[in-house]
Amino acid sequence: MESIKDKVAIIGMGCTKFGERWDAGLDDLAIEAAYEAYEDAGISPEDVQACWYGTVTQPVVGIGCTHLAGPLKLHGIPMSRVENWCTTGHEALRNACFGVACGMYDLVLVLGVEKLRDTGFPGLGTGRGMSTVLEARRTAPGSFGMVATRYFHTYGLSPEEGKRTIGKIAVKNHYNGNLCPKAHFHNRVTLEQVTSAPIIAWPLGLFDCCGNSDGGAAAILVPASQARKYRDDPIYVKGLGAAHSALLPQNRPAFDWLHFEEVINSSRQAYGQAGIKNPREQIDIAEVHDCFTSTELLLYELLGFSPEGRAKEDIGSGFFELGGGLPVNSDGGLKCFGHPIGASGLRMTYEVYKQLQGKARSPERQIKDAKLGISQTFGGPPQAAAVAILGKEPGYP
Amino acid sequence: MAGIISYGAYIPLWRLARDTIAEAWGSGSIRGERSVANNDEDTITMASEAAIDCLAGLKREEIDGLYFASTTSPYKEKECSTLVAMAADLRPEIITADFANSLRAATEAFRAALDAVASGSASQVLVTASDCRIGYPRSNYEQTFGDAAAALLISNTDKPAVIVEGSYSLSNELYDVWRLDKDIYVQSWEDRFIIEHGYTENMEKAIAGLLQKKALSVQDINKAVIYAPTLRAQQKLARRLGFDVKVQLQDLLISSVGITGCAHALLMLVAALEEAKAGDKILVASYGSGCDAFLLSVTEEIEKGKDNRRGVKGYLDSKRPLPSYTKYLSYRGLLDPQPGEPFRLFPAATTSWRERNWAIRMHSSRCKNCGTVTFPIERICYNCRSKDNFEEVRLSDKKARVFTFTLDHLAGRSDDPTIPQIGAEFDYENTRAYLLMTDCDPSDVTVDMPVEMTFRRLYEGAGMYNYFWKCRPVR
Repeated sequence: MESIKDKVAIIGMGCTKFGERWDAGLDDLAIEAAYEAYEDAGISPEDVQACWYGTVTQPVVGIGCTHLAGPLKLHGIPMSRVENWCTTGHEALRNACFGVACGMYDLVLVLGVEKLRDTGFPGLGTGRGMSTVLEARRTAPGSFGMVATRYFHTYGLSPEEGKRTIGKIAVKNHYNGNLCPKAHFHNRVTLEQVTSAPIIAWPLGLFDCCGNSDGGAAAILVPASQARKYRDDPIYVKGLGAAHSALLPQNRPAFDWLHFEEVINSSRQAYGQAGIKNPREQIDIAEVHDCFTSTELLLYELLGFSPEGRAKEDIGSGFFELGGGLPVNSDGGLKCFGHPIGASGLRMTYEVYKQLQGKARSPERQIKDAKLGISQTFGGPPQAAAVAILGKEPGYP
Repeated sequence: MAGIISYGAYIPLWRLARDTIAEAWGSGSIRGERSVANNDEDTITMASEAAIDCLAGLKREEIDGLYFASTTSPYKEKECSTLVAMAADLRPEIITADFANSLRAATEAFRAALDAVASGSASQVLVTASDCRIGYPRSNYEQTFGDAAAALLISNTDKPAVIVEGSYSLSNELYDVWRLDKDIYVQSWEDRFIIEHGYTENMEKAIAGLLQKKALSVQDINKAVIYAPTLRAQQKLARRLGFDVKVQLQDLLISSVGITGCAHALLMLVAALEEAKAGDKILVASYGSGCDAFLLSVTEEIEKGKDNRRGVKGYLDSKRPLPSYTKYLSYRGLLDPQPGEPFRLFPAATTSWRERNWAIRMHSSRCKNCGTVTFPIERICYNCRSKDNFEEVRLSDKKARVFTFTLDHLAGRSDDPTIPQIGAEFDYENTRAYLLMTDCDPSDVTVDMPVEMTFRRLYEGAGMYNYFWKCRPVR
């Protein structure tokens, strides 16, 4: 297997304001994200040779790509819609990268967009899957609440200790989100606020759960060899990983609810391609899937940032805070941007891209000398995970 | 000879104090409590529980018939016995029948089962009876009714636990209690008329007729299992017949369960059999547009399998108080709860049919190559990828424990807003299953908590009811 490392570069990105965008439909969000990316790349829509696009919740039969081809006026070019739970944005990016890397296209548009606030209820709703009974009452907080329960049990954390541990993640992400104008939520919260908030799915309270937001993000990809024609500071794709596990975690024989193989495998694929041996030391900035604070806790360990069972120590020491050894979710993460599903993978990638360029626009938020960054999504029952590693310099590491 | 070889019962966990009903209405209470089926229970699920209780420790493949008796079947058109038989994991080559409309439906089914095994058209027939009748708000019936199910296994064998020595039936056309096809609530004529000229007159005739036919006197009867709409009616009848009310009369279960419709005579019989000794003579009489009376004699086989079954005794003691009258109204569908988030996938006849072996029979797949067990059934083994190389293993009668859980505040409806979602691990091959937990106080749920399986109605959609298994704390 070849590596994707340094074959594709990102020359422009866009990201909408996230939030309750009552003013914007899916089409408006796509236009907002795509036109910022065009401008950032210094290109025109007619330069786009192909488009990969991810969205999840559009509920009707046969929407395909037509509802975005129209608003964006993408005349006569191939468009592909991808969907794979919370990894959808990453999946659009991954497939688009391959289209460029194989030499088929010289410039492609990647879009991840989601309009959640047209459903009339908060959250993603209840019920998943193809069976009318098996997951009929499954919810996202419920699934990740089960992850938290087992993590606490395995490592002997009392519910109070466990809630305080994950609560600190919410405090951190809200602090960062306060510094990020495009985030949905800008409020800072205290640990007491987090731990005493109403329960959504025990042990997860309101502040352990990401918001329910509309948003979109976009990227323009070109072959790495052509990147500097467009700008001086292109960002290079270093590694792309994606993996699935074969059954719902609830039904998986002998599963310990800790070692999600989809997360482990997808990150090891990407680390392998990028040449990362020690993620804790080598990665400068990470955007990980904090759909719930318990998810971020587990990801610290599965992605190799913390030793197994010891993320709590790193949380306590501020290792993942701005100014820490490895800042995680420097933009506030899903906690503050919400989780418009198809958009999230690309929104995270946008943050990594801007940070690597030194354009975080907030001195307090800007990670100094960041060379290597990772964005990561994890979703479904959960059962799917994806990773994109970006770097500032060709050949590094 | 035709007789009973096993028995089972089911009483819902929830009990409503009659004082709570009376307080809600500012009316009088008849004291005691009544059972209330949960919002995910109906007569099909309760009959399935009683059937499974009755079959504990027995070979289900030897059953060749299942009858379902109820006046409150969830379906007007669609057989229910077939669904109960499938939830009880009986084989498909069996006789089934639904007995309906009459408070005597259960004893009619009992008689039909006796006739079927006596004639040789079947060798073992499982009779289930289940009712969930609703009295008008503030009516006496609202207090006196209860929800429950019972089951009897009938066989033609040399060694039945209970021999049916004789019977006596009467048909009587009378409007005493009834429901039109569109009615929710039980209608009735004036008590003074229907108790005297309906219940008492006919029951007296049938019981006296049976004793005369068998040349027995009331003193020869060890237990009289006499159905009645009220305690007063039962005791008055028993006294008129000459029974010693304190010694011979089987408890009507009015103070603890309530009158459970057509299931009630069988429920009382199950309670009587739990205490019966070899040689006992038991009289059973049920009422509803006439009477069915049976004379039973108990053999030494009665001791067999006693520990396997939960029965009336087991389910009576296992209870939780239903905290409010409004919750009762909501559980019975008389008060609409705010529905919660919609179900996205409506039941489909096709998917229900394809999924029947795991969704209704609760079969898992056990790989014949490596032994890995998965639920639901997987055609390709999770562990070794052997294709279509598995045997089906029933999980519904296996114990499990909570491996992980969440208390989900989004998945419920307003009368039960918190839904425990469980990653369960079975005692069998560490098999896992994703199940909702019912009949519990969510705050009691812990990792490693022991649970058992229970067949429930999951939701209504596309004009059908959709059933699936849940777990509950071991009762």
